[in-house]
Amino acid sequence: MWHVFSQYTLIFLLLIVIAVPLGKYLYVAFFEKGKIDRFFSPIEAVIYRLSGIRSLEEMTWKSYCTALLIVNAALLGISYGLLRIQHYLPLNGAKVENMEPTLTFNTVVSFMTNTNLQHYSGESGLSILSQMLFVTMMMFTSAATGLTVATALIRALSKKGKTIGNFYQDFVRANVRVLLPLSVIVTILLVAFGVPQTFLARMAVSTLEGGTQTLALGPVASLESIKHLGTNGGGFFGANSSHPFENPHPFTNVIEMLSMWCIPAALPFTYGHAVKNRKQGWVLFATMFVLFVMMLGVVYNAEQSGNPLVGKSGFAADQGNMEGKEVRFGIPLSSLFTAITTAATTGSVNNMHDSLTPIGGLVPLALMMLNNVFGGDGVGFVNIMMYAMIAVFLSGLMVGRTPEFLGRKIEPKEMKLIVIALLLHPLIILAPSAIALMTHMGTEAISNPGFHGISQVVYEYTSSAANNGSGFEGLKDNTAFWNISTGVVMLLGRYVSIIAMLAVAGSLVGKQPVPETIGTFRTDTATFGVILFGTVFIIGALTFFPVLILGPVAEYLTIR
Amino acid sequence: MRGNDNRQSLFQPELVRQAAIESVKKLNPLVMMRNPVMFVVEIGTLIVLLMLLFPRFFRIEDWKYELAVFVILLLTILFANFAEALAEGRGKAQAESLKKTKADTIAKRISAKGEIELVASTQLRKGDIVLVEAGDLIPGDGEIIEGLASIDESAITGESAPVIKEAGGDFSSVTGGTKVVSDWIKVKITADPGESFLDKMISLVEGATRQKTPNELALNILLVTLTLIFLIVVVTLVPIARYVGIHLSITTLIILLVCLIPTTIGGLLSAIGIAGMNRLTQFNVLAMSGKAVEAAGDVTTIVLDKTGTITFGNRMAAQFIPVGGTTEEQVREAAVLSSIKDETPEGRSVLELAKQQGWKADVAEYEHEEFVPFTAETRMSGMNVQGIPYRKGAVDAISRHVKQLGGRIPSDLKEKSEQIAKQGGTPLAVSVGADIVGIIYLKDTVKPGMRQRFDELRKMGIKTIMCTGDNPLTAATIANEAGVDEFIAESKPEDKIRVIREEQAKGNLVAMTGDGTNDAPALAQADVGLAMNSGTMAAKEAANMIDLDSDPTKIIEVISIGKQLLMTRGALTTFSIANDIAKYFAILPAVFVASIPQMKSIDILHLHSPASAILSALIFNAVIIPLLIPLAMRGVRYQPMSSEKLLRRNMLIYGGGGVIAPFIGIKVIDLALGLFM
Repeated sequence: MWHVFSQYTLIFLLLIVIAVPLGKYLYVAFFEKGKIDRFFSPIEAVIYRLSGIRSLEEMTWKSYCTALLIVNAALLGISYGLLRIQHYLPLNGAKVENMEPTLTFNTVVSFMTNTNLQHYSGESGLSILSQMLFVTMMMFTSAATGLTVATALIRALSKKGKTIGNFYQDFVRANVRVLLPLSVIVTILLVAFGVPQTFLARMAVSTLEGGTQTLALGPVASLESIKHLGTNGGGFFGANSSHPFENPHPFTNVIEMLSMWCIPAALPFTYGHAVKNRKQGWVLFATMFVLFVMMLGVVYNAEQSGNPLVGKSGFAADQGNMEGKEVRFGIPLSSLFTAITTAATTGSVNNMHDSLTPIGGLVPLALMMLNNVFGGDGVGFVNIMMYAMIAVFLSGLMVGRTPEFLGRKIEPKEMKLIVIALLLHPLIILAPSAIALMTHMGTEAISNPGFHGISQVVYEYTSSAANNGSGFEGLKDNTAFWNISTGVVMLLGRYVSIIAMLAVAGSLVGKQPVPETIGTFRTDTATFGVILFGTVFIIGALTFFPVLILGPVAEYLTIR
Repeated sequence: MRGNDNRQSLFQPELVRQAAIESVKKLNPLVMMRNPVMFVVEIGTLIVLLMLLFPRFFRIEDWKYELAVFVILLLTILFANFAEALAEGRGKAQAESLKKTKADTIAKRISAKGEIELVASTQLRKGDIVLVEAGDLIPGDGEIIEGLASIDESAITGESAPVIKEAGGDFSSVTGGTKVVSDWIKVKITADPGESFLDKMISLVEGATRQKTPNELALNILLVTLTLIFLIVVVTLVPIARYVGIHLSITTLIILLVCLIPTTIGGLLSAIGIAGMNRLTQFNVLAMSGKAVEAAGDVTTIVLDKTGTITFGNRMAAQFIPVGGTTEEQVREAAVLSSIKDETPEGRSVLELAKQQGWKADVAEYEHEEFVPFTAETRMSGMNVQGIPYRKGAVDAISRHVKQLGGRIPSDLKEKSEQIAKQGGTPLAVSVGADIVGIIYLKDTVKPGMRQRFDELRKMGIKTIMCTGDNPLTAATIANEAGVDEFIAESKPEDKIRVIREEQAKGNLVAMTGDGTNDAPALAQADVGLAMNSGTMAAKEAANMIDLDSDPTKIIEVISIGKQLLMTRGALTTFSIANDIAKYFAILPAVFVASIPQMKSIDILHLHSPASAILSALIFNAVIIPLLIPLAMRGVRYQPMSSEKLLRRNMLIYGGGGVIAPFIGIKVIDLALGLFM
């Protein structure tokens, strides 16, 4: 037991050692004029000139949001065209066909929304050109889009005025100052531990038995780095991070886990720097961390206890549930990967979530349903801030003041915007799940009927709504019904909350902050952390209680 | 303070009876629609009623169960309506007593030609001039344009001592329905019928003009959202459960929905708002809008006048100072004799000081002596003892008085009285016959308990700023004595508005009290302006609250009530949401256990049977509303303390309690139901 504990502790410590300075770096990169401008500004100036961006003046939330949507829509349109005609384009050595319309829709939406739900198979569905132009580009731009939303919100809370920053500047900086340098570092680290990085697409080798085998290769390490740093999750190979070339070694496993975790974990600290109160950041981080550790405990314990049916059929069950897991990672590092990839809504997997025990499978589901325990790059931070505002609303009332967040009053206007995002998440998970389970179109995809079937369907939509992208892979989901419905869910899950929270930012930035007194309710204390925890737990989780009871819990109870 | 003795007990039989009738009337869906949470419950109730009426269509087997559900659901709505009706009823009862003073009177209108014509008070229009003589009721709101009279305002303020009002100055406004006790006045009417102060008061107290406040709106948005979320949860549960072969009955779904949506706070929300206004009214403060009450809870700075608010005003005798070679005893005796029948605070304070210094005498001895009251012309008062006039008054007035009687002015009078004035006090000269014997030093005294109140305010995080016309030295002394945070000496009326603007620019919410016409702009500028009823019409119109007792320190109570209002909302919301955990644990296993027997193991409450588990949760959900009515009406207890402590305490009680209470409640109800089922 203690070796598991010490492994986890070490990784947590590493996270903090990385996230705290990274938080400071993000603050410097986005908000402070300083030395690093001298290094990056010339590069950025070239990009601005090439793309015709002349003005870097700050924007109101409306123009910021419009710019964000236009850029995203344009990338979406170009990508759609690219995949539909990839067969005729160069760099298509494997003669990959054009993608079918509904699958194309699903795929481009999936990558643009930072989801990377792959209804196609990685190796055979995309040409090399599509991989490079579409997948890799989207991995950067979708993560950068998420980061811009977080920076806009942080800016709104740390200043007063009408504007929340310049979208193009934030977007370019997110790529040039954050994602590119970090992915170079991670790529080199991965290569050092044996992840292939080559333009060679195929390699024939002789096996020990004397047969020959063709190995698929490619620029794996570079994709792997941005896949995790950008909380994207779409793998080079269909087997994702359980594939030995994507994730060959326990060390690469740790590197990948930390790369997807570090930016979401660093943003609270960035926020702390920006509002000149670092405790604010620590409270947010600690609250999310406690939620995370609880969830991790549940999944590890469930997997370690194993599947009772295995024991009943006469096999040794003391190994725990190793089905769908890689021996080189074992239960502790598989459980941790599962928890991180769903908390940070990355969606890469180093073990098959469909094969988790019922309660083990409940954890990734629950983390995506909450969608605010660290969460994806930028958007996760925005989500926890949304819950923080609801927590502030309730606790502000409790001390007899009109609720205020960092001195800014939360009034009907903000509340309306917040509840749009709050309401939407359960709606786009539960409503399509209900439709899928009601119709033949939906139920025919289920490979394990019964309670597990409910989990499979709900998992697919939860993963789409949270822009995670992992799947209970048992679901046969490459049909028009699934492609279109999950595509719509991904779009709504991503953009509605982004628009709503940018509007909140625009509304908060214009408010005259109320000076802090002893009567002010503070958001940088442990008390607030506890209240935030309760709000996330009660408001976020109560919604999904019934469906979790009918899915994983019922499955667990019936196989005991 | 009248507030305390007419405070109504929560459940007066008459009010309860009225409220019970009202709560049935409020079942009207058009009325219910204003409260979306309870409206959802009503729709659910109607559906269950339809099922009872057409059992075959809905394939109902056990009508008794549906009947029980119907009754509990109906009770849930009635309880919520009852809470609102009770709160409204208490307001109406207060309004009734106000309406009695609004009886129509005959007014003596002075026509353009200067003739007096008798008209009904309802026919008076703005600009009319009426004559009001001793014994008449003042027919409408107005300003005195001529004359001086003492007026009994007890109908509105409850204060029985008459007040003096006169033309010009800060005490010229009169309120319709009050009574002239002596003398006569000419009043220019300033309000058309139906728009008078009394009319406004009545409609405010009745809640007729009640609008939802911003905070109430924001909370309502959250509650509606939670309702919608749970509606989604319940509706989608049907196909999801059917996929694994579980068929949920409509009744079960309605119960699940009603238990999960925040009915507790939804049912009590408007009652909390109305009760908050009522609490203010009981303190004899009229708020012109609920918004003002909420703003009061947010106040971070209070601007207070020194005189009359922090101190008694230059009114308390502090010392007897001899002039012209008399002794202190002589001064004291003369001062006492001039004040013995003087009921003004100054007069009483003279006797008080004399007693402290060891003076003893039988007041009855002087019963038959002639009292000379204070008038605006003479500016002095006193008593004729066996023909000798004992007088006290302003130094120049007494000087004139003795000169008239042929006396002379002591040489040190001027010097000594100026010295007193320099220290911020007021000198009153005392004369016996034609001789000035001494000076009464009237000192500005800080009201008892002020220091403690300012300490409380500081604990709430509220800064106090004192405005005074005094010189900086005197101001600093008083400020220090009272314990205010800041003061502005030698302040002119326009300084007040400047201070308020400065504070607001820093983001502070400012409250102030005032009475004079000079104060009107500042009252309007302040976020919470509390005008004294004794003040001018202009001040009252500019303010958003009026204190009928004219006690400026009441602003502190107003702030507490504002905070209490918000806290009560927050507490009940948290309680309501936290309740859902226990309800899930009671209902969900019961719903699924028929199809999935293993669900028994998450029935951690070990309830009697699925039916009793579901009914227990529903009954708990209903009865918690009337149980919390007293809390909603009285408000959560508020003590000044740091927000951190306050939050921890309230979260523990209402959040923690909200999680635990329903577990206990449901189990107890289930045990009771188990006896019958």
